[in-house]
Amino acid sequence: MRKLNILILALLISVISFAQQTPGDKQSQAITIEGATAHIGNGQVIENSLIIFENGKLTFVGSANTKIARKGNVITASGKHVYPGFIAPNSTLGLVEVDAVRASDDEDEVGAMNPHIRSLIAYNTESKIVESMRPNGVLMAQITPRGGRISGTSSVVQLDAWNWEDAVIKEDDAIHLNWPRNYSRGRWWLGEPNVLKENKNYSKEVEELSNYFAQSKAYNANKTSPKDLPFEALHGLIDGSKKLFVHVDYEKGITDAVNFAKTQNVKYLVIVGGYEANNVSDLLKQHNVPVLLQRVHSRPNGDDHDYDLPYKLATQLVNSGVLVGLENAGDMERMNTRNLPFLAGTTVAHGLTKAQALSLITLNTAKILGVDDSVGSLEVGKDATLFISEGDALDMRTNKLDKAFIQGRDVSLETHQTELYKRYSNKYKKQ
Amino acid sequence: MIKKWAILSLLLCGYFSFAQEYVPKNDGVKTNTSNYTAFTNAKIYVTANQVIENGTLLIKDGKVVSSGNNVTIPKNTVVVDISGKTIYPSFIDIYSDFGVKKPSSTPGNRRNPQYDAGREGYYWNDHIRPDQNAVDHFKFDSKKAEALRKAGFGVVTSHIDDGIIQGTGVLVTLAANGNDATRLLDQKVGQFSSTSKSRTSRQAYPTSLMGTMALLRQVNHDADWYAKGNIKEKDRALEAYIANKNLVQFFDAGKKVNALRFDKLGDQFGIQYVFVGGGDEYELIKDIKNTNAKFVLPINFPVAYDMEDPLLAQSVSLEDLKAWNQSPANPKILAENNITFALTTHKLKDAKQLMPNLLKAIKYGLDKTTALQALTSVPASIIGKSKELGHLKSGAYANFLITSGDIFDKETTIYENWITGIKDQLTDMNTTDLRGNYTFNLDNTDYQLEITGDIEKLKSKVKTETKAYDGKISFDKNWMQLTFATQDTTKKEFFRVVSHVTNTNTLNGKVYYPNGNETTFFATKQNKEDKKGSKKDKKNKKTDAPKIYPVTYPNMAYGTENLPKQETLLFKNVTVWTNEKDGIIKNTDVLIKNGKIAKIGINLSASNATVIDGTGKHLTAGIIDEHSHIATESVNEAGHNSTAEVTIEDVIDAEDVDIYRNLAGGVTSIQILHGSANPIGGRSAIIKLKWGEKADNLVYTNSPKFIKFALGENVKQSNWGDNAKTRFPQTRMGVEQVFTDYFQRAKEYDALKKSGKPYRKDLELETIAEILNKERFISCHSYVQSEINMLMKVCEAFGFNVNTFTHILEGYKVADKMVQHGAGGSTFSDWWAYKYEVNDAIPFNAPIMHNAGVLVAINSDDAEMSRRLNQEAAKSVKYGDISEEDAWKFVTLNPAKLLHIDNRVGSIKVGKDADVVLWTDNPLSIYAKAEKTIIEGAVYFDLKRDAELREAIKKEKNELTMLMLDAKNKGLKTKPIEKKEKELLHCDSIDHQHIH
Repeated sequence: MRKLNILILALLISVISFAQQTPGDKQSQAITIEGATAHIGNGQVIENSLIIFENGKLTFVGSANTKIARKGNVITASGKHVYPGFIAPNSTLGLVEVDAVRASDDEDEVGAMNPHIRSLIAYNTESKIVESMRPNGVLMAQITPRGGRISGTSSVVQLDAWNWEDAVIKEDDAIHLNWPRNYSRGRWWLGEPNVLKENKNYSKEVEELSNYFAQSKAYNANKTSPKDLPFEALHGLIDGSKKLFVHVDYEKGITDAVNFAKTQNVKYLVIVGGYEANNVSDLLKQHNVPVLLQRVHSRPNGDDHDYDLPYKLATQLVNSGVLVGLENAGDMERMNTRNLPFLAGTTVAHGLTKAQALSLITLNTAKILGVDDSVGSLEVGKDATLFISEGDALDMRTNKLDKAFIQGRDVSLETHQTELYKRYSNKYKKQ
Repeated sequence: MIKKWAILSLLLCGYFSFAQEYVPKNDGVKTNTSNYTAFTNAKIYVTANQVIENGTLLIKDGKVVSSGNNVTIPKNTVVVDISGKTIYPSFIDIYSDFGVKKPSSTPGNRRNPQYDAGREGYYWNDHIRPDQNAVDHFKFDSKKAEALRKAGFGVVTSHIDDGIIQGTGVLVTLAANGNDATRLLDQKVGQFSSTSKSRTSRQAYPTSLMGTMALLRQVNHDADWYAKGNIKEKDRALEAYIANKNLVQFFDAGKKVNALRFDKLGDQFGIQYVFVGGGDEYELIKDIKNTNAKFVLPINFPVAYDMEDPLLAQSVSLEDLKAWNQSPANPKILAENNITFALTTHKLKDAKQLMPNLLKAIKYGLDKTTALQALTSVPASIIGKSKELGHLKSGAYANFLITSGDIFDKETTIYENWITGIKDQLTDMNTTDLRGNYTFNLDNTDYQLEITGDIEKLKSKVKTETKAYDGKISFDKNWMQLTFATQDTTKKEFFRVVSHVTNTNTLNGKVYYPNGNETTFFATKQNKEDKKGSKKDKKNKKTDAPKIYPVTYPNMAYGTENLPKQETLLFKNVTVWTNEKDGIIKNTDVLIKNGKIAKIGINLSASNATVIDGTGKHLTAGIIDEHSHIATESVNEAGHNSTAEVTIEDVIDAEDVDIYRNLAGGVTSIQILHGSANPIGGRSAIIKLKWGEKADNLVYTNSPKFIKFALGENVKQSNWGDNAKTRFPQTRMGVEQVFTDYFQRAKEYDALKKSGKPYRKDLELETIAEILNKERFISCHSYVQSEINMLMKVCEAFGFNVNTFTHILEGYKVADKMVQHGAGGSTFSDWWAYKYEVNDAIPFNAPIMHNAGVLVAINSDDAEMSRRLNQEAAKSVKYGDISEEDAWKFVTLNPAKLLHIDNRVGSIKVGKDADVVLWTDNPLSIYAKAEKTIIEGAVYFDLKRDAELREAIKKEKNELTMLMLDAKNKGLKTKPIEKKEKELLHCDSIDHQHIH
């Protein structure tokens, strides 16, 4: 009998193993999670908590000692931990499937000035990489185009949907600008030294940006035909409907970007990368400019730099009062996004508290993306986008998800990878 | 025209010509050329050591007849009295490309990579060109010769600077007159080699430094085999190489580590190279000395960076700052260590730069005698021409300089440069030296006239107490003209002075006023005594040797002056992850002594031990990374589909800061693997991360032998672009045949070798035969199950096993077959989706393989991840519910077993090497930091010391930055900031380029 069961199971698995996971159904009844340690995301931790959500929204978050009626399906989670879903900003999830396969690559459009390019419509909800985020607690992402001077417009999505339209949390949230570089590499193939030298065109490139923004401003002040799609898109930066995400790592560039945004009347500026942001933390604070800090798990930029510099940048910035979130752009960034919680965990070994570290991938990021009204923390009225982990979710030893909910929907924690795991574990069990 | 030239040359050389006796003469009568020339009353440097005051140099027919104090002067002698002047042997540059053009590069055809040689009847590799002779390409370059003569040179050795073996050089004089018949002193001087490929060929092999080294070795074996008459075909390259064997062998090392590498290589074949240095020899001076090699040193010191923009300046590394500060002392340090070196103008923009740079080296402590030897007797002796060059003893070529004084004084003028008795007048030695300070009075105003500049190109300044005026001076044939502005500068009116100079102590003449009136001019030279005070100051300043920062090992950030030493360490009350049957034991003591784990137990004590409180901390064996590409200069030799002849041990980079960063992540041993550009890659280096030691000291003693194999997309060049479609194999089907082919050939080779019959030594097949003989182990880069299974089957057919599959991303699909075969798996924890072949890579791979009985390790292949391998191991706890104890073995004991070094490392067991790490927390936790990383009882990383080093780096950088700023303020040349970024090397990295 047992053998038969295994056989049936194996058959079932083999049938579904090449299809992606089906999105969870709309929340139909209230769900109560009781007894877990709740990590709110805003710095607070509630031991022995009580969390209730209905119709996709949190309706109660508090102590389990509270004498109110438990509603609907009650999940007892004593000894376990509840977290708000992690948010991966500046991400190309769903835009590329396999790096080396060109046909699967949709992240970088031709052209330098592409504010009108929208990532959302290319976001592939069926990506096998996207589904592999959920078992680690990464439940939302800002899908961001790459390349050019102005790469395009991102959107914030949740990671369990039938299609991009269903996935949207915030459509067209930000325009992404790659700030001119301070260094350019010698053309070594022409015999020049293969080193980085000061970019002599820096001022010219900044000037080009200023002109472009000035042209856009003039156009938007008195819209005449023919219609200019890029300028139309850029207008959102001025009216505040979109944020400007400037991707820049070095001190001078950050300073220039802050002044640029101010001069151009850009309402919301975010620095992405920020390797040297710590050197200008006063300026950033003064102008309320948050930072999405570069991948924590990276090597220092110079031989002389502290070995742990990328690990402790977040601590330095947080301690100087800047609003910080973590991003992980770089080599193999999509599949690596599932390690976002461990980027946060590493900052704890280098100075932050666990609660502070958690904020870097939840509430802080939500604020930076402008979606903190609905996500980012376990607070009443917000989306019930959260998960239950058997242990500390920032440590890979204990990041083991029992359940995850996105907007109250019980979402699958299975993936192409877990299917293969089961299939082949069973292969050897049968032997 | 020819006639005119002949007359002119006769006139110029004056005393004799070199026309061969048998040359017919149609433009006059034969002239007598048997006169002597004598230079008398000179200070003569017969050699750098042998100096004669008031001596005579007697020359005839281009050679020195005699030199000394008691020279008999024959009657038919033209005598030149040069009292007060100095004679030096003229300089010799033995590493030059004078008159030999660098071949232009073959226009590229990127569509078709070239794998075979383009030349017929030569060696199989186009970059081996011993058959080239510089003399065949030599064309006298008058312009460059003039520049070299001005810099003091008389003869040079020139060669074709192109290719790995570049052929022979030619020894020529730089004489202004004459022709090649007289200038060519030796047609074959030395054989030259380098690390660079020929520009004339696009043959792919070698693509790396290690390939170059392997190729050089094979050439030597082949030459030997050819010399014995075993090769039937004609190979003009090998023939030339054999013929050139007895010439002095030059090697353009270009940096200290290459000198060490190629010296070792030379030793294998009885070749002692003369190395062209890189200027950084002082950084490893003891090892450089141990090569017993002579050096040819370019004398180009790093220019200061322009540090004025602090934001940019912070990109300059401590390494570069120190190089700027220390390099000028390199010649001095070589001399102190009795390393013989010659100087060369190689790498200088022009010969003019030689003297200022050399003066700098002297300022940094190089003694003048050594400097002179390095330009005269040493180069002569290196090329075996001590008898005739580099000195002024009887019989030597009459190659000498007449100077106004000490050649190593900034003020000194070279008057004449004689080469083989042919005079080139650079400066008329009868020119009166007007330079000095004068005073004169004009219209009751006291003026000061300062004359400076070159003896023949004077500069002047006219000053009163309050003002300075532009002055223009010219001086020719004892007539001086001076023009300077009148006091009223708005009027643009000038005084003009004319003086016929007979005595440089006073200038007598006339002054012409703007209105044409004239008056007498009388200027007096200021006494030397008046200036003495200031000169003394100057002298004191000069003797202030520049501050040189100490050399550290390595000579960069986080290097230290003294290497860590073995200590006796006692860890108390620590949680010990033994990796042995005791498992994880709490509150235990561990004693480390003589580099080994001495004791494990409770309440241990030891005299003289440094006690380390381990309360709340964890002690583990050091992490071992089975798959690393840090600490190497090359990763791939991609020029052939099999490169078993290359070895990473040849190209270890002991100065890669990632070694230090890995230590900070608790890593103590790594296998540096060849990349995956070809099915049969190169041999590995298994090293300990002894930061600061030189490359050879990192390698395990009696290191197990490993080689990298590879399968899948990389070896079939799937992602190399559409042009790479010609190299076999392009499919997985072909990959199998590559292995079968090479194994079969190696088997046949080995059989022949063992039969005792003569055989051609083939380094590639030797290596593969080692695999067949189970003396060398395979670590094979692998992805999908089909190919994994294939390799196991091919190896089984040849009677041996694959030791390790590395990456092995679909290992979970064939784990049963791996167990049966006996192969281990070393995998990534969670990488996937970067290539098509990793579609089915899953983070559960390690757990499934482990549970199925495969010996599993988790590796990095990445300089970033390697410093967090503890976290990568912990992912197996998450993904596959592996116990913490087993997960930890994935990065310690298991890789040790896979690498066959588990008898020495991998666990905390009495008797094993004390390669241990003290962690602040459970080592698998994201919250853990390595506090101390210890190798063989020496502490190579320590959080506390790291903090101190940071402070020291900051301080040193700031001080050096100030020195550079000061250099700029003093008017020294600076260059724009450069930022150096080390490439992050992966499996698919190729020297100087990246293939994705």
